Amino acid sequence: MDSSPRAFKANARAAVKDPQLKRALAHVKVGFIGKRAKAVARLPEFDALRDAARDIKVHTLDHLDLYLERYEERMTAQGGQVHWCPSAADARAAVLDICRRVGAKTVTKGKSMISEEIDLNQHLEANGITPVETDLGEYIVQLRGERPSHIIAPAVHLTKDLIEADFRAHHRHLPPERSLEEPRELVEEARGILRERFLAADVGITGANFLVAETGSSIIVTNEGNGDLTLALPRVHIVIASLEKVVPTLEDATTILRVLARSATGQEFSTYTTVSTGPRRAGDVDGPEEYHVILLDNGRSEMLAGPFRDALRCIRCGACMNHCPVYHAIGGHAYGWVYPGPIGAVLTPGLIGIEEAGDLPNASTFCGRCEAVCPVRIPLPKMMRHWREREFERHLTPRAVRAGLGLWTFLASRPELYHRVTGLAARLLATLAGRKGRLRSLPLAGGWTGVRDLPAPQGRTFHALWAERNRSTGP
Amino acid sequence: MSAGRDAIMGSLRRALKRGAEEADAGARQAVDRRLDEFPRGPQPARAQIPPAAQVDLFEAMAVEQAATVARIASLDQVPAAVADYLKAANLAPKLRLAPSPELENLPWDGQPMIEVETGRAEGRDQVSLTGAVAGIAETGTLLLASGPEAPTTLNFLPDNHVVVLKASQVVGAYEDGWDRLRETYGRGHLPRTVNFITGPSRTADIEQTIQLGAHGPRRLHILLVEDTESGNGPRDGG
Ligand code: SF4
Repeated sequence: MDSSPRAFKANARAAVKDPQLKRALAHVKVGFIGKRAKAVARLPEFDALRDAARDIKVHTLDHLDLYLERYEERMTAQGGQVHWCPSAADARAAVLDICRRVGAKTVTKGKSMISEEIDLNQHLEANGITPVETDLGEYIVQLRGERPSHIIAPAVHLTKDLIEADFRAHHRHLPPERSLEEPRELVEEARGILRERFLAADVGITGANFLVAETGSSIIVTNEGNGDLTLALPRVHIVIASLEKVVPTLEDATTILRVLARSATGQEFSTYTTVSTGPRRAGDVDGPEEYHVILLDNGRSEMLAGPFRDALRCIRCGACMNHCPVYHAIGGHAYGWVYPGPIGAVLTPGLIGIEEAGDLPNASTFCGRCEAVCPVRIPLPKMMRHWREREFERHLTPRAVRAGLGLWTFLASRPELYHRVTGLAARLLATLAGRKGRLRSLPLAGGWTGVRDLPAPQGRTFHALWAERNRSTGP
Repeated sequence: MSAGRDAIMGSLRRALKRGAEEADAGARQAVDRRLDEFPRGPQPARAQIPPAAQVDLFEAMAVEQAATVARIASLDQVPAAVADYLKAANLAPKLRLAPSPELENLPWDGQPMIEVETGRAEGRDQVSLTGAVAGIAETGTLLLASGPEAPTTLNFLPDNHVVVLKASQVVGAYEDGWDRLRETYGRGHLPRTVNFITGPSRTADIEQTIQLGAHGPRRLHILLVEDTESGNGPRDGG
């Protein structure tokens, strides 16, 4: 698979035909959606917390310069060092500088999407430093030379037999008779291998779910404990974070934490939430002697200026992709860059340019489920439409698509008419599909029905169903 | 300070349409106020309950997350409870103890079988025993803070993590835990590492099936010391 958003269409076509991928992605659909729904049902305050989380992010983005100043002040006062990096290249260079200065040979890494964004592993390897991913899913995709295909479940595109084959190929000590059939056995094998790596590493690199202006802290959230062994054992702890990770206070981080795990994995709370502030203190017998934070911009300050500011609210929970029918069909690699799914379709053009990623905002059925589950209520479909309009204005779109979009824009700006027309179309499609509920072909949608049956709408639009659901279950 | 900082700050200020100092005074005030007042978000009602009920909720939620909990009547019973745990889990009678006087001064001589060492964790330690700052009832979460008496490695390297938590340390919400830390360390200050721990280590990275013991402890055992005066007579299991 070509790893560039330019190859999106070809990648997507290949992905829907891949039976192994289909089997693996089935776990996304059943696992994540049901678990989230259960967790949400258990917390009556969930929607109020979502509103509060959104408001915190809006307030912080509106004052981002000031909160970053305060964050730097506090963090420096605790003995840490901030490295301001406008570009990915700056961030790579800053990490390499630190590693070289301390003579690092191996570096353990907790999960960090920013590290993927700046292609840090390749850069370290090219300079003779061995990066070791320690999150199990990240470790597996690193063995395979792949990118993560999901922002919280990096190896979700793989079935256990493929992982077993990777372990047998890379872990030379494994006797052929040793069973690795069960997930349990695979986890044990990785635990054993990585244990030694944790103890030997010179530098530990983690991401950050939050930076806290009040205390100058960074916060990571994990389930495995790999992030903690990464930041507690080596002599140097480097945090890689982007600008928009800052929140004002510990209370604000807490409010967002209450919606993060529930939205992501359906857990009440992740196993480990860890707050790091500066290097080890006088009298401490463990912890890093140096603490650095790489603060990455890479296009975000520009996004802050335009119509895509709201996308910077994202807390990377993955719920939008877990609920996305397009993601369910094609997985994450087809998107060709770091962030897949609906948030990827919005962020990628913002971060690497619409010329590169012009196809991604089309990866949507506009079913609206992503926005409906987003814990910080990012209007993802609206933003995808924004990008499509930009694409349209740039005259990059083929003529037939322009005509269709013109009609769509006309309808979309007239909500009443839109609902009537889409409702009508939904009923029409349901009738066409008959009892099987699948449409084999559809005029103007050959690109879609050529590779899969289009599930016929169940007679009503998502808007109608959603409105009804909310009436019956309360907000 | 640096060219990178100037570039980023300049770009942020342009994006936010910042002007002269006075024009931004309102924005600065809003920031100062929020940092000063640290307002809480919506508080889940489930944990806004009397202290004894919070202790029960803490236990129920921790057990749901695959931790084990044993209630004991006083701190002095910790060594015997540890011995019971080691025996039941079929573990060698060796223990790495957090270097805190409160734990070191417990009657360990009553358990001469157990070999007790103090200090940070080493790679081969099987069982650690630490204290905690608080227990958060809302989700059965332990709150631990690093320091000379509480090395962080004890919470993650050994296969078994045993934690002593007093009922008087159980609070409702995470924010109550922050307030306890503010009392100890002062506003705006935290120790190097603060850990919220909810159950033992786990992963679902292989086909979404949950496996315990990914990299951190395989087992988390909580010794809940019933040190509060009221509401903790004989329990019927709550
Ligand atoms: S856009 Fe929303 S749902 Fe998607 S990852 Fe970000 S916060 Fe989660």
